[in-house]
Amino acid sequence: MILSILVDEYSRVVIQGITGKEGTFHAKQMLVYGTKVVAGVTPGKGGQDVGGVPVFNTVREAVEEEGVNVSCIFVPPIAAADAIVEGASEGLDVIVCITEGIPILDMVKATSFLTYRNTVLIGPNCPGIISPGKTKVGIMPGPIHKPGNIGILSRSGTLTYEVVDQLTRAGLGQSTCIGIGGDPIIGTTFIDHLKRFRDDSETKGVILIGEIGGSAEEEAADYIQREFEKPVIAFIAGRTAPPGRRMGHAGAIVSGGKGRAEDKILALESAGITVIRDLGSLGKAALETMGQA
Amino acid sequence: MVCLNKPPSPNKGSIMRLHEYQAKSLFRRFGIPVPAGDVAASIQDAAAVAEKLRGPPWVVKAQIHAGGRGKGGGIRLVHSLEELREASEAILNQPLITKQTGSKGKKVHRLLIEQGAEIQQELYLAMTIDRNRARPVMIFSQAGGMDIEEIAEESPELIFRESVHPELGWMPFQGRRLVYRMSPLPQPETLKELMDMMARLHKTFVTLDCSLAEINPLIITKNGAVMAIDAKMDIDDNALFRQKELLIYDDPTEKDPLEQQAEEYGLNYIRLEGSIGAMVNGAGLAMATMDVIKLAGAEPANFLDVGGGASQEMVAKGLEIILKDKRVKAILINIFGGILRCDVLARGVLNAAEKIDIRVPIIVRLEGTNVDQGRKILEESSLRFRVAGDMAEAAALVAEQVSG
Repeated sequence: MILSILVDEYSRVVIQGITGKEGTFHAKQMLVYGTKVVAGVTPGKGGQDVGGVPVFNTVREAVEEEGVNVSCIFVPPIAAADAIVEGASEGLDVIVCITEGIPILDMVKATSFLTYRNTVLIGPNCPGIISPGKTKVGIMPGPIHKPGNIGILSRSGTLTYEVVDQLTRAGLGQSTCIGIGGDPIIGTTFIDHLKRFRDDSETKGVILIGEIGGSAEEEAADYIQREFEKPVIAFIAGRTAPPGRRMGHAGAIVSGGKGRAEDKILALESAGITVIRDLGSLGKAALETMGQA
Repeated sequence: MVCLNKPPSPNKGSIMRLHEYQAKSLFRRFGIPVPAGDVAASIQDAAAVAEKLRGPPWVVKAQIHAGGRGKGGGIRLVHSLEELREASEAILNQPLITKQTGSKGKKVHRLLIEQGAEIQQELYLAMTIDRNRARPVMIFSQAGGMDIEEIAEESPELIFRESVHPELGWMPFQGRRLVYRMSPLPQPETLKELMDMMARLHKTFVTLDCSLAEINPLIITKNGAVMAIDAKMDIDDNALFRQKELLIYDDPTEKDPLEQQAEEYGLNYIRLEGSIGAMVNGAGLAMATMDVIKLAGAEPANFLDVGGGASQEMVAKGLEIILKDKRVKAILINIFGGILRCDVLARGVLNAAEKIDIRVPIIVRLEGTNVDQGRKILEESSLRFRVAGDMAEAAALVAEQVSG
């Protein structure tokens, strides 16, 4: 039995915010995929159940009663940072925060709290993490995925689905797909997860999907050049984005001449990474580079 | 990725940017010294403001959301009431073109009239978010007045930074570490004022949920006092639910009318210069779709993210907004449904299309559950839909539109 990175079929998942519309819908979708959703948390609604999943008032109760070790957060932005810190306080292994629109200064505090803890935060403003055939903790459509050996790292949601779909159609399965989130401040970066993919025998190659804003792609390029030997293909969204305008994601903005797509592509190519410019051809390119993987 | 009861924001998809006069009134509240002055919307008002101030000289400053105003002629030093009226007339209600406004410029609706200051030295001070360290950062430079990006490019050694600890906040030693790097060193009283200003800027930043608070230039006057001559402030729009008093600073005249309407619909829409309208679910895929259009030899007319879930209602509203842009010659709808059922979505597109007069060809690329049914619904409709099987085919159809 090979275990995937971060989450697997033994992960016991709690949904924070399970009684909300999105929380309920996606808890059920995760159950359908086979994820062990064993608890939900909504303050004041302890004792209820959602599709057979028991609801607790606190994460502590969910840990004590159901032994949860992974959380998926669907809490509104006003309370989301609190939910992250609550989960980390209970020592959960992985927290996936789906919520979009958390104030930046709330995330400054939450990520500061996580600094000396072992909890891995994925997101916020992300689609989550899936190890196809094993478990999905997030909102991505399960059926487009296929178990295999390609690791995927991305800052966006539907763009990742597009890439996964192309891979699956090309016959290439995925080991683990992680959406790291579209906000300026996120729990874990490309590099954090590249290190895991490097040590994961199941992952033979990685596809990195970046976008304008920040410098995460440049830093990933630098890391890959120094320490990552598996093949990497990259795609950068936003080559046509005008400066000073925020392209949907809070983190996707070219400002002060920084965060441009061309700079990211240049950094990646200088590090020997294949950058695909035509999105429609990504699946084919992956097959050529990683088909033997 | 999912909107969970997000409180209404007047600035979805953009940043809440304040005018200089608004930022300065907030600075005053937090004890950051700014020149005496007031805002004026007419030439008479401008003269009335000036008469209450000491001077001449006075400074007339165009209030628009764009940098580079000085070089564009939007900031003028005047030495008499007559000059003030002339300058006001030249700027007010006229478009001002700067390097940040685009070629059409931005119409000036308000002026800030200020007392002139005797400048001995210009510095730069700002606080923003350092994404890599996930903390606020104070940025200080002796090379004030210039574009900070230019300084960063040409002489990065002149820029000093102090990262702010989330629990400790701004510490006095950090102020000392910044000001004692100055050369020559100003008078002790000036140094004290500078450090005080840094502490106050930090307080302003965290109290008001800023994503940027910039003073450029920060001046030392001939008397050794410090003062914020310019002020730039952006508010984190995700935090507006707890900064409700700042909502009055929102200025709809700064926005494109279509963007304004899209905002009211809760759509994430940015108007661009091209002729191919694009409607996509998800911001990353929307950006990538714009790139695909460009790669196919055309220019995108807009960025439009109808949300990862892409409900029928949002698709209908999105189509309505795109069609209001008269430059649009064709539309590419790219929806990766995933969990969403494509037959439901196709009916949504059809319903929306039937209510609006569609005068341009629409290329639709759908993916997700029941995709075959979805495509069939569109292909069999009387409207001019071109259905693409994948991204590559969608790009080819866009290219066809351009050449045809």
